[in-house]
Amino acid sequence: MSTSDQEFGIDVAPGDGPAERGGVAQRIGFYLAGLGLAVLLTATSFFVAGTDLVWQPSIPVALVVLAIAQMGVHLVFFLHLTTGPDNTNNVLALAFGVLIVMLVMGGSLWIMANLNHNMMPMDQMMQMQR
Amino acid sequence: MDGVTVPADDPHALRGLASDDPGSASMWKGPASKRIITGYGFWIFILSDIIMFSALFASYAVLIGATAGGPSGRQLFDLRNVVIETALLLASSFSCGLATIAADSRNATWFQVAMAVTCGFGLGFLALEANEFAGLIGRGAGPTRSAFLSAFFTLVGCHGLHVSAGILWLLTMMAQVYAKGFRADIQRRILCFALFWHALDIIWIAVFTIVYLLGSAA
Repeated sequence: MSTSDQEFGIDVAPGDGPAERGGVAQRIGFYLAGLGLAVLLTATSFFVAGTDLVWQPSIPVALVVLAIAQMGVHLVFFLHLTTGPDNTNNVLALAFGVLIVMLVMGGSLWIMANLNHNMMPMDQMMQMQR
Repeated sequence: MDGVTVPADDPHALRGLASDDPGSASMWKGPASKRIITGYGFWIFILSDIIMFSALFASYAVLIGATAGGPSGRQLFDLRNVVIETALLLASSFSCGLATIAADSRNATWFQVAMAVTCGFGLGFLALEANEFAGLIGRGAGPTRSAFLSAFFTLVGCHGLHVSAGILWLLTMMAQVYAKGFRADIQRRILCFALFWHALDIIWIAVFTIVYLLGSAA
């Protein structure tokens, strides 16, 4: 096998990972592993949200981290995204999507937080207009 | 067969484009198969759908405190209901994966069974969500009550509409496999459906984290 074949290997459709080539039992095991991890992360999320055992201000951060971890589990185990060369196109499209999502969400929160901070309270504004 | 490795078990003939002629020695293996192009195009659609959801998430996050004197998330959300909804969606994602495996193995019986189970879990999710919405509106916490509730109903309702559309698509795929069998074009539609259904589950992770867990903490 020459290096060029490895570098320019045929792509794989999103959802068709290398796992698609194993036997049926192996593939079901892959989905089961994903389901187990997802259940574990979901259970942790709901437990952390209602617990008094940890420092309270850390809870929102923990929830966001757990959610991102679970999205990663779903991408790998259910959507079969890999870091292999045949998945480069799929991963790059995803990376661009994530960039836009970050810009939309982060930008909105940032701008609106500043706006609320700089805006005069509504009752004072009404009084000035009289 | 010098420069080409064809896996023994290759259900979609993805490597079938590679030249069998060892003398050609060219890196160009022709255009990608239709399955790859269709799947990639649908992947782009899913990402654009996620970007649309990110705008709804952003508006929810901005409006989370704008309750206009009405009830806040902490008073409204019933987390036990959300746990069951999450479990139903996770289970349906798993059975959708089983349906994909059955389709690749061209096993019509198991495909129909797995799709029916997926449909059942999806309908259960929708029933719980409809029940929750009806309860909120009945308590006077409908979408017109406050900007917070408008954002909540828009975001969660949009996800629910996607699940409804997914169930219609699912039933269509069951009927098409029944009527036409596992033709290549039907297999491509099954691939796209599976992508769609798993993507809905990923969006639900963000919904239960941002809307319900963070919303009831705020």
